Amino acid sequence: MSAEHAEPASFAFDAESEAKIATILKRYPEGKQASAVIPLLYVVQKQMGLQTGSAWVPRVAMDVVADRLGMAPIRVYEVATFYFMFNTKPIGRFHLQVCGTTPCWLRGSDEVLRACKDAGHLKGYGDTSPDGLFTLTEMECMGACVNAPMIAVDDDYYEDLDYESTVKLIEALKRGERPTPGSATGRRSSEAAGGATALTGSETE
Amino acid sequence: MAKVTVDGIEVEVPNGASVLQACEAAGKEIPRFCYHERLSVAGNCRMCLVEVEKAPKPVASCAFPVADGMKVFTDTPVVRNARRGVMEFLLINHPLDCPICDQGGECDLQDQAYAYGHDSSRYGEAKRAVKDKDIGPLVKTVMTRCIQCTRCVRFAAEVAGTPELGGTNRGENMEIGTYVEKALSSELSGNLIDICPVGALTSRPYAFVSRPWELKKTDSIDVLDAVGANIRVDSRGPEVLRIIPRVNEAVNEEWMADRGRFSFDGLKRRRLDRPWVHKDGKMVAATWPEAFAAIAHRLAGLPGERIGAVAGALADAESVVALKDLMAAYGSANLDCRDDGAAIDASRPDYWRFNTTIEGIEEADALLIIGSDIRREAPVLNARIRKRWAAGRFPVAYVGPRGLDLTYPATHLGDGPGAMGAFAETLKAAQKPMVIVGRGALQRPDGAAVLAAAWKLAAEVGALTPDWHGFNLLHLFGGQVGALELGFVPGQGGKDLAAMLAGGVDALWLLNADGFDPARIPASTFVVYQGHHGDAMAGRADVILPGAAYTEKDATWVNTEGRAQRGRLAIHPPGEAKEDWRIVRAFSEGVGKTLPYDDAGAIRARLAEASPVFARIGEVARGGCADLAGPAATAAPTDAAFVLPIPVYHQADVISRASDTMAKCAEVYGPQTALAAE
Ligand code: SF4
Ligand code: FES
Ligand code: FES
Repeated sequence: MSAEHAEPASFAFDAESEAKIATILKRYPEGKQASAVIPLLYVVQKQMGLQTGSAWVPRVAMDVVADRLGMAPIRVYEVATFYFMFNTKPIGRFHLQVCGTTPCWLRGSDEVLRACKDAGHLKGYGDTSPDGLFTLTEMECMGACVNAPMIAVDDDYYEDLDYESTVKLIEALKRGERPTPGSATGRRSSEAAGGATALTGSETE
Repeated sequence: MAKVTVDGIEVEVPNGASVLQACEAAGKEIPRFCYHERLSVAGNCRMCLVEVEKAPKPVASCAFPVADGMKVFTDTPVVRNARRGVMEFLLINHPLDCPICDQGGECDLQDQAYAYGHDSSRYGEAKRAVKDKDIGPLVKTVMTRCIQCTRCVRFAAEVAGTPELGGTNRGENMEIGTYVEKALSSELSGNLIDICPVGALTSRPYAFVSRPWELKKTDSIDVLDAVGANIRVDSRGPEVLRIIPRVNEAVNEEWMADRGRFSFDGLKRRRLDRPWVHKDGKMVAATWPEAFAAIAHRLAGLPGERIGAVAGALADAESVVALKDLMAAYGSANLDCRDDGAAIDASRPDYWRFNTTIEGIEEADALLIIGSDIRREAPVLNARIRKRWAAGRFPVAYVGPRGLDLTYPATHLGDGPGAMGAFAETLKAAQKPMVIVGRGALQRPDGAAVLAAAWKLAAEVGALTPDWHGFNLLHLFGGQVGALELGFVPGQGGKDLAAMLAGGVDALWLLNADGFDPARIPASTFVVYQGHHGDAMAGRADVILPGAAYTEKDATWVNTEGRAQRGRLAIHPPGEAKEDWRIVRAFSEGVGKTLPYDDAGAIRARLAEASPVFARIGEVARGGCADLAGPAATAAPTDAAFVLPIPVYHQADVISRASDTMAKCAEVYGPQTALAAE
């Protein structure tokens, strides 16, 4: 469990995070603040992303959260390590989370993965690219199977991918652009691939 | 109440009880790993599956509440199959390393696999391995053996009040540990070894030492604090190999403190194993007759009032009464058992006892602690307070060094006696308020005034009523209360410790008295030291009489409540050392003042005659307070800050100071006195 990466010496919430925390804490009754542990860890991860370019949750920050919520630090460590969505190690600027579950896999997630490796200069799952831009992670189904295969870049879903479109997406990220999330083939949300076939007009027509 | 039928046996159990408890009430054994009756229910191991009529599948009995009319079956093909299946799953990742595992022979997993599991394994794939954790010098971990029952996690958080263990990561990768590597900060950490159902948490000092069936098991009492935890001393040949707690609901439930559990290696070091006599400027080894002759010679010419005796922290009741009788035979009333200088008023038992009793803590509804770090002075008693706190509505405040971590929230009122009154309103509002005064709070020049003021406060806030006694003195060691019960204090015209040390006597008999600085004894005083360890005091002696440590004699001990309990001889004292009361008895015979008892029965009869406490072994006379008159004091206490009596938990007595294990702990944990936050 000992950290093989460098831990920051300290962590403090910035003003923006503090504002978010104030709103979050209001959702829970007095004495039940511990319920806010997940949202607060999320605030930490966001702030780290903005401040350092790596959205992760250092151990000192978990201690800060524990202290803020009146919890034993170990209770926060348990939560932070349980959920995949919290990165307990530094990650690249962009977190490429490739879905490898059956629907995506049947629809070609292996190609998406290959594209990520090629374009992002990544050796495989768990790797961070030498330029520090990308970290590659395998995810279980993220609930976007209708538009499989897909990857999530940080919090944004990119769907209906194949090798080329994935490469394009990654090249765009490298240029500092943030393509509009959603289907790469242009379909709206999860409509049928060739366009809507039902409920196309109003009933009275 | 709910009527439940278990395998055809009808039992009545309280509503809200679990099916497992109902099965136990019906005398049916239910295998379990995660369930522990003193911890919250986790329901994660699934070993306790039973069938319940109308339930579609087997239920985890530990987490399933009873309902009136419920029919439970604990021995059907479905249940047996379910248990076999669960067992198989548990063993998937458990290494089959029983031959090299210290839990072997007393392992729940081993026993239950044997009783309820398959006879062979079908599993051929790779097992997972988990890195061991370093959680300090006392508890050894072999985490691959962990079955993730989370008993240790719950014990640390709930009973010990040091939530440092947890389960991190998940699924295949879940691990039990501290995440950030650290030594557990609990004084109750040894209990983790007992509650871990497998060999994941074992005793570090006991690693690869012995198998349970090779041990001679002897019931005894932990005397290294004043709680009087019931223990079992496991020995082989001349050596104590480990100490574990026994259940006593009224005293220690099933816990014990780390110092008592792990300091026994100190029993082998720095021992006084033969008599020594001071001759021509140095100590020379002597025989018993020579040592006795040297003492007899020195005492012969002295009038009684020039002879004194002091009993200390680890003196057993038998030897105390024998020494008292010997002093009486010499015509001396110069006795004192307060070798640490605590200003205890010995005129009435409830001035020195923990009157509420340990069980009584659970009835109290407010608590004031004066000058005591209970967590380190009596860890098991502190766990009882924590248990009471966890039950809700229990305001606690303390006076003493700021920043004490008692494992439950407590308001700091101030550093010195002046702050005591600040909690009066809360105590008054309570039905059963408690005041605990640490013995350490009385080890100061104005100790008597502190005691009187604390009593007065207790009386004023209504802690002293005909059916509730809320005044408590918390002692520090197992021998201290027994001597008070026996009246080992200055008799008519007798001198107390201070007077004896101020040249009031020419000869001083010290019985396990290590509580004061030997340099305070005037050079001209002839000193007899009777004890078991060559600590500082033995260095000042003119004659050394080697006695037996608590594991080496049949002896009676009185805990802080005034509960007399018997410890038995587990191993024989080393070398020529002898049982302490027999030493005094043998001496008395040599000087023609033969004490009128010469076997265990007779000296126990003498004890019972000296104080009713010894006539009711194991019991305690609990009651209210009929007489509000308090201990005498001439002045009000000063406002000097309280100083805690035990600066380093792991090195508080002669045995633990001789222990390597405790020395390691002291190194890791350091002095634990208040952190003076701010
Ligand atoms: S270490 Fe022992 S007590 Fe703790 S979870 Fe594992 S098996 Fe249970
Ligand atoms: S399988 Fe990939 S999103 Fe569901
Ligand atoms: S004992 Fe019931 S689930 Fe573990």
